[in-house]
Amino acid sequence: MPLLFYTSSVIAILATIMVITRYHPIHALLYLVVSFLAVAMIFLSLGAPFVAVLEVILYAGAIIVLLIFVVMMLNLGTDTATQEKQWLQPKVWIGPSLLALVLLSEMVILLMQGDNADMQVTPVEIKQVSISLYKEYIIALELAGFLLMAGIVGAAHIGKHKKKHLHRFLQEENLDAENKKMKQVEETVNN
Amino acid sequence: MTVMQHVWIVLGVLFVLLNIGAGLIWVERRMLALWQDRLGPNRAGPLGILIVLADTLKLFFKEDWVPPFADKWVFIIAPAIVVASVLMSFVVIPFAPGIVVADLNVGLLFFLAMSSIGVYSIVLGGWASNNKYALLGALRGASQMIAYEVFMGLSLMGVVMMTGSFKLTDIVEAQRDMWFFIKQPIGLVIFFIAGIAETHRLPFDIPEAESELIAGYHAEYSGMKFGMFFIGEYLGITLISAMTATIFFGGWLGPEFLPGWVWFFTKTFAFILFFILLRASLPRPRYDQLMEYGWKILLPLVLANVMITGAVLLWLKG
Repeated sequence: MPLLFYTSSVIAILATIMVITRYHPIHALLYLVVSFLAVAMIFLSLGAPFVAVLEVILYAGAIIVLLIFVVMMLNLGTDTATQEKQWLQPKVWIGPSLLALVLLSEMVILLMQGDNADMQVTPVEIKQVSISLYKEYIIALELAGFLLMAGIVGAAHIGKHKKKHLHRFLQEENLDAENKKMKQVEETVNN
Repeated sequence: MTVMQHVWIVLGVLFVLLNIGAGLIWVERRMLALWQDRLGPNRAGPLGILIVLADTLKLFFKEDWVPPFADKWVFIIAPAIVVASVLMSFVVIPFAPGIVVADLNVGLLFFLAMSSIGVYSIVLGGWASNNKYALLGALRGASQMIAYEVFMGLSLMGVVMMTGSFKLTDIVEAQRDMWFFIKQPIGLVIFFIAGIAETHRLPFDIPEAESELIAGYHAEYSGMKFGMFFIGEYLGITLISAMTATIFFGGWLGPEFLPGWVWFFTKTFAFILFFILLRASLPRPRYDQLMEYGWKILLPLVLANVMITGAVLLWLKG
């Protein structure tokens, strides 16, 4: 089991590095999918098959597909890749890497201090997950439901097609211009 | 079970599936011909069955061309994803008692996860082709499959609630007294419709709708890369048929005079024929009609199904 864990961790880290360094957005997203699959594998090796499968269904299978969908429609070509190349000069990396290095050394120190007991793997059944979700964490679950509902309502509102009953020969601009004219007329009358 | 037995099961399943996938070329064309009152392929071999060989050879020896404007590596990977993800789904299907590659505790979820990975082949294939028709096909395919995945997952939840397990052997065993299609008719219908949309078969083949989009997402593909999409589609049909048989029609269960795997394959084959019959008889809906149908009819229905199933189960429990 530790072998599985470490292999998938290394893949996850490598894939994530590739996500950051790719110039082409779709290639970066593909590496992100690999990274999510590796994280799912990590969950599986830690005895959480349910979380692992959800990771694949939701993150790899739905969210990234939607991201790729959006990027696809934006039709980012080689221009964006060259732009990215210009932005990602080597000196851009210095600041973040230094900060991350400090964090890494902190983590290493903490790990060295802790007791080096073996990883305890206890498989968690789906039933246990659902029981704890609907008993102890019911409020968190309901709140997440509210949040998602709000998100859906917001999306539906933004995406709502505003219907204007225009004749097909009547352009919107013409209508606006006419409205303005009417307003001007009204103002002059009021004055 | 020994390691060798495992290896034999894996190889056997792979062998049978790939042969079914290839054999469906002939079955589909013969059956379509039968329903459309023609003869169909009848020259090569008895009843034209060697058309399978001819078609496969043709696919292998055609020029395998990668367009210069395509994104080369993504273009190559895309057709492999569909076949790999569908074959991975077969891992959890019990063909007969004891004959299953991996009887996972999360079997049903694993199947859903793999079918959601399958979306990538369409999206990436369409995008990497760098062709407007292919891109349109990919856009349609992605939105269609993401939408219908939701209904597919929810339609199975009634069965899961009644079994109390995601394991497919448990689901089959729970059908000893009564197959689930009697208790879950709405679940069955919605699962099958979602399955057609997931495999993007006619009548829901709008990602490749040849009358509008040439061939949609695989317009730029040739040779065996196209062959992979082709075989992936047939394997997808087999997968949905096998899942329908397993989840709603008792899998390997049946009267004793035939062994379990014969029952399983008979049921699966019946659903494959139904898929082909649908192709022969139904017109393709418009894209917006398909989405509207999904979100406005199937979603409320499937949610009501989950709610009623849960309520009845609680009521029976007392």
